Amino acid sequence: MLTDFFLYIAQGTAVTIGVTLVALPFGLAVGLLLALLYNYGGRWVSRAAGLYSLLMRGVPPVVLLFILYFILSGRLINLSPFWAGSLSLGLVSSAYQMEILRGALAAVGAGQMTAARAIGLTRLQAIRFVILPQAIRLAIPPWSNEASIVLKDSSLVYALGVPEILRRAQQLSATTGQPFLAFGAAALIYFALVFLTNRALDSLAERTKLPTQPV
Amino acid sequence: MDSALILQARNLTKRYGANIIFQDISLDVQKGETIVIIGPSGTGKSTLLRCLNLLTHVDSGQIFLEGEEITAPGINEDRVRQQIGMVFQNFLLFNHLTALDNVMLGLTKVRKLPKPQAHEKAMHELARVGLADRAGHYPGQLSGGQQQRVAIARALAMDPKVMLFDEPTSALDPELIGEVLGVMAQLARENMTMLVVTHEMGFAREVADRIVFMEKGHIVEQGAPDDLFERPQHARTREFLWKITELYGKKEKK
Amino acid sequence: MSAFIELFLRFLPDLLSGAAMTLLLTAEGLAAGFVLGLLAALGRTYGSKVWHALATAYIELFRGTPLLMQIFLLYYGLPGFGITLSREWAAFLALGLNSGAYQAEYLRGSILAIGEGQMIAGRAIGLSRWKTIWHIILPQALRLAIPAWANEPVSLLKSTAVVFLIAVPELMAKAKAIAAKTYDPIGAYLAAAVLYLVMVYLLDAFMKWMERKSLIPGLETK
Repeated sequence: MLTDFFLYIAQGTAVTIGVTLVALPFGLAVGLLLALLYNYGGRWVSRAAGLYSLLMRGVPPVVLLFILYFILSGRLINLSPFWAGSLSLGLVSSAYQMEILRGALAAVGAGQMTAARAIGLTRLQAIRFVILPQAIRLAIPPWSNEASIVLKDSSLVYALGVPEILRRAQQLSATTGQPFLAFGAAALIYFALVFLTNRALDSLAERTKLPTQPV
Repeated sequence: MDSALILQARNLTKRYGANIIFQDISLDVQKGETIVIIGPSGTGKSTLLRCLNLLTHVDSGQIFLEGEEITAPGINEDRVRQQIGMVFQNFLLFNHLTALDNVMLGLTKVRKLPKPQAHEKAMHELARVGLADRAGHYPGQLSGGQQQRVAIARALAMDPKVMLFDEPTSALDPELIGEVLGVMAQLARENMTMLVVTHEMGFAREVADRIVFMEKGHIVEQGAPDDLFERPQHARTREFLWKITELYGKKEKK
Repeated sequence: MSAFIELFLRFLPDLLSGAAMTLLLTAEGLAAGFVLGLLAALGRTYGSKVWHALATAYIELFRGTPLLMQIFLLYYGLPGFGITLSREWAAFLALGLNSGAYQAEYLRGSILAIGEGQMIAGRAIGLSRWKTIWHIILPQALRLAIPAWANEPVSLLKSTAVVFLIAVPELMAKAKAIAAKTYDPIGAYLAAAVLYLVMVYLLDAFMKWMERKSLIPGLETK
């Protein structure tokens, strides 16, 4: 009985991980593109990217999720709830990831670009070989935070009927009459997932850290 | 002579783990005396001051303030600290309070003086260190020298029986050291009892009644400034004095 | 476009009453979260062993799980223990507990940044440990926390949108009702989005203004 119970929620866990693994990389790709456009694009391109970020971050994720979901699973495009939900979450996250990467790119500084151009690299080469490798390292800690936010926000696709952890817990709660047990188990799974994600990204940050002089 | 004994340290020892900071230190401080403790960095001088003020606790030994053992169990440490003022290397002013409020805080919260009296007393102490006109300034708006003088006023406001100075000028730019040493020399002339850890040899010679040379957690030698500077008894003292005059200029070399 | 404006204006009174509920939930959650957050932050910095452990567990659990999950646990899970909460109470409690865990981390960071030096200086003039915390550490730590903490009101306001899933009648719930009534979900949720945007920017501007007001002279460059 108890193993069935956990097995049932575990299937939801796979869906939660699936949603996160679609949303996070999708958000990263869009966010990186926008960050590069913001920092290195022309004036209007840069402003448009800035406006996108401002609008997306000014509205609650769940509201955006609903708007985007109804667009992505409407008459023109008709995606399944899983894909519509995951891609929508990815778009929401892209604005936040853009801000993280934009900050990191700015922190690397104009001097690095000048120095790269001075040895004859093109602008794109400078971004690719000098700026990005440094910016990505700087971005890992805040990005790690965003990763756990996306993981937690994946619970919002519950509202679209996607059978992730929370939806499974709710069904279990109804069939067993043990809501506290069902949602408690879900909480433990989330906690473990967030914990593992943070650990993994912390160790990534540690391994990619540039050597410095010991203080 | 015994009646004028104000602070007495008996066989003080302090360790951090296996690391001995100082060992078996005994020191008598007479009322009105200015003692300057000199010695190489990392020889436990600052820790010794902190122990005298009970900010850190000794592992063994006793400290007496006017005959009362302040290392005894059950002693009210907050009350002891009110009576022993301390000035720190990095000032440690309360950054969210103006100079005046820095000085007033102890008066209103510890000594429970009414506001008007506390204000008057604080202004008096600020005037004493020459900063009455900076009363409304925040620490961030004051120079290092001014901050340190406010810190001195803050300690003085509690009417301490003894003042401890832990390298009060080492965090200051050279041109600001003079104003702080000036205030300290003035205090010494007013017969404040002072224990000063410093590398300012000029100040030590001119102001101190007694110099204590500490090294590796021990008091190597102590005596009147002229004796210690002119006729050091120990080779280590000579070596240290030679090094420090090299470092801080030839002024003291004769 | 004109259809959207028509919908927006037609349902504006409804949407505004939802927005009022959203603001109320934000204010309540923020206040409750501040008290909880301060207690947890003090527990983690200066608290006894038990207090420290409780604070750590609270912060980690509430930061490590989704808010929606916490809402469900309180709203559906607690009745099993004989504690039945109304929708509003469940939402308020969950938002307060959740925000408290985040506020604790902002406050803890700034308490640590004040550093041991200020504690030593306070003790040196004879203040007790808790008096030093109250008069010296906290006034500075709270001000230092403002720039980071200033994100929390906006973040919490956005978080409140999920409580429509237990049918608390705030802005998102109103939008959902409008969507059902008009068969125009995109228009209905866009209308809510517009109001959320307005609230978020007003709140953000207010927090920036607060930040400027709270600077300690001379300290801003450090």
